[in-house]
Amino acid sequence: MAYGDKVLDHYENPRNVGTMDKNDPNVGTGLVGAPACGDVMRLQVKISDDGKIEDAKFKTFGCGSAIASSSLVTEWVKGKNVDEALTIKNTQIAKELALPPVKIHCSVLAEDAIKAAIADWKKKKGLTEQPAAAAPKEKRVDG
Amino acid sequence: MTPKLPIYMDNNATTPLDPRVLEAMMPYLTTEFGNAASRSHPFGWKAEEAVDKAREQIGALIGASEKEIVFTSGATESINLALKGVAEFYKDKGNHVITVRTEHKATLDTAKRLERQGCEVTYLDTDKFGLISAEQLRAAITDKTILVSVMLANNEIGSVQPIGELGAVCREKGVLFHCDAVQGVGKVAFDVEKDKVDLASLSGHKIYGPKGIGALYVRRKPRVRIAPIIDGGGHERGMRSGTLNVPGIAGFGKAAELCQQLLPEESHRTYTLRRRLQDYLFSHLDHLELNGHPEHRLPGNLNVSFAYVEGEALMMAIKNVAVSSGSACTSASLEPSYVLRACGVSEDLAHTSIRFGIGRFNTEDEVDFVKKYVVDQVKRLREMSPLYEMAKEGIDLSKIEWAAH
Repeated sequence: MAYGDKVLDHYENPRNVGTMDKNDPNVGTGLVGAPACGDVMRLQVKISDDGKIEDAKFKTFGCGSAIASSSLVTEWVKGKNVDEALTIKNTQIAKELALPPVKIHCSVLAEDAIKAAIADWKKKKGLTEQPAAAAPKEKRVDG
Repeated sequence: MTPKLPIYMDNNATTPLDPRVLEAMMPYLTTEFGNAASRSHPFGWKAEEAVDKAREQIGALIGASEKEIVFTSGATESINLALKGVAEFYKDKGNHVITVRTEHKATLDTAKRLERQGCEVTYLDTDKFGLISAEQLRAAITDKTILVSVMLANNEIGSVQPIGELGAVCREKGVLFHCDAVQGVGKVAFDVEKDKVDLASLSGHKIYGPKGIGALYVRRKPRVRIAPIIDGGGHERGMRSGTLNVPGIAGFGKAAELCQQLLPEESHRTYTLRRRLQDYLFSHLDHLELNGHPEHRLPGNLNVSFAYVEGEALMMAIKNVAVSSGSACTSASLEPSYVLRACGVSEDLAHTSIRFGIGRFNTEDEVDFVKKYVVDQVKRLREMSPLYEMAKEGIDLSKIEWAAH
């Protein structure tokens, strides 16, 4: 399978790889996917008290498209406030990276990771009644 | 010294054409274009001579006579012909076929079709190395069994089945024995007499011959009968109609001859190169699993699970090296390798597997380049892997409730 230039760029030069302290009250951690399915993404966001995403880090076990999708969303969420970040849709990620249909699930996972990371932060801050979990399943657009 | 890139190390998928094979083919692609079935002029005679010579060369490689070789379009057709041909011809004798879960899709999908047509098929489970035993086979044979089909060597994990022992059981029980010898022939010992094989499928392009040519060995003493699956002019003693692919056959014959001449030396050389790669990887990386049998395997085959690194990502990382992966992500199905799964490899680890296939034209320089490249890239990807970080922290990944997606 041939990869798009943007996938290759993010894969070869991944942005914001790393780990934040998951016990920091300003850090939200989202861990989505499953090893048995071949991809696991961990996205961490550091959020200021006024709800702005100051930093983002990821680590991903998965194919090149999964790594590229997570690298891309770290760039996209940085500087956004939480509500803006929650509007990022998998279709935008898939379009930006020109993912083929068989790789759409990578973009779905990246969207889920944003939602899970922010949900974790909200939970820590007592801002939500919902438990930190992966994003609602009905939004999935699987290939 | 950096070898020329990209490096081809996927010789279980296909092999490059040996220049000596091309040379043997050239006359039949140019001046000697006759139809081997034309009995009335020298153009046909020359073509027939080439075909007869190739039959001898291929027969010699597997201990068969030239009269027992039926040419086909490739091993997939050979396997189809063996299974369907026997099931059809011997349907009054029985309807039970035995094969193995780790066989190639050409066998498994043909067996599935036979099931839809009224056959009963037993798919034997393997041990963790992908091997079955003679006792296991013996226990599965019933009075309805007409055919057993087992591969010589597995295309993914390289494990070599105890074909001689399995053949002995089949002979004793009066059941026909077909061996998909595609991956093993020319690399490990295989002899239809010693191994008591009644039918054997062979492929040209896995032994440095051309693509689009294969053969089915069909035993004459005692005579094995098969119903044809392609009807027409009655070529190949009625077992496979269709004008013979003379250049392909000439090349296949030469490739077989070279394999026979080179076999001991080449097996040793590819084994040494494979061990050089394997030993380096296992001494420089932790959390590796060897897939397939440690000893009973193809000399040039190495299949390794690089835990916490997804196979396709690793292939992308070593993009100057052509290898293949049992990862789901390389296939449209998104299911990881059924061969690894049948050996009891977890889905997690199946996703991290890479197959290296070292062949005739690989060099020590190439292996040294690849081994370092792989170690560097596995380390890089593990630094990006949340699973590796968690494993290092002592978190038991199997205890986490992952949301399957």
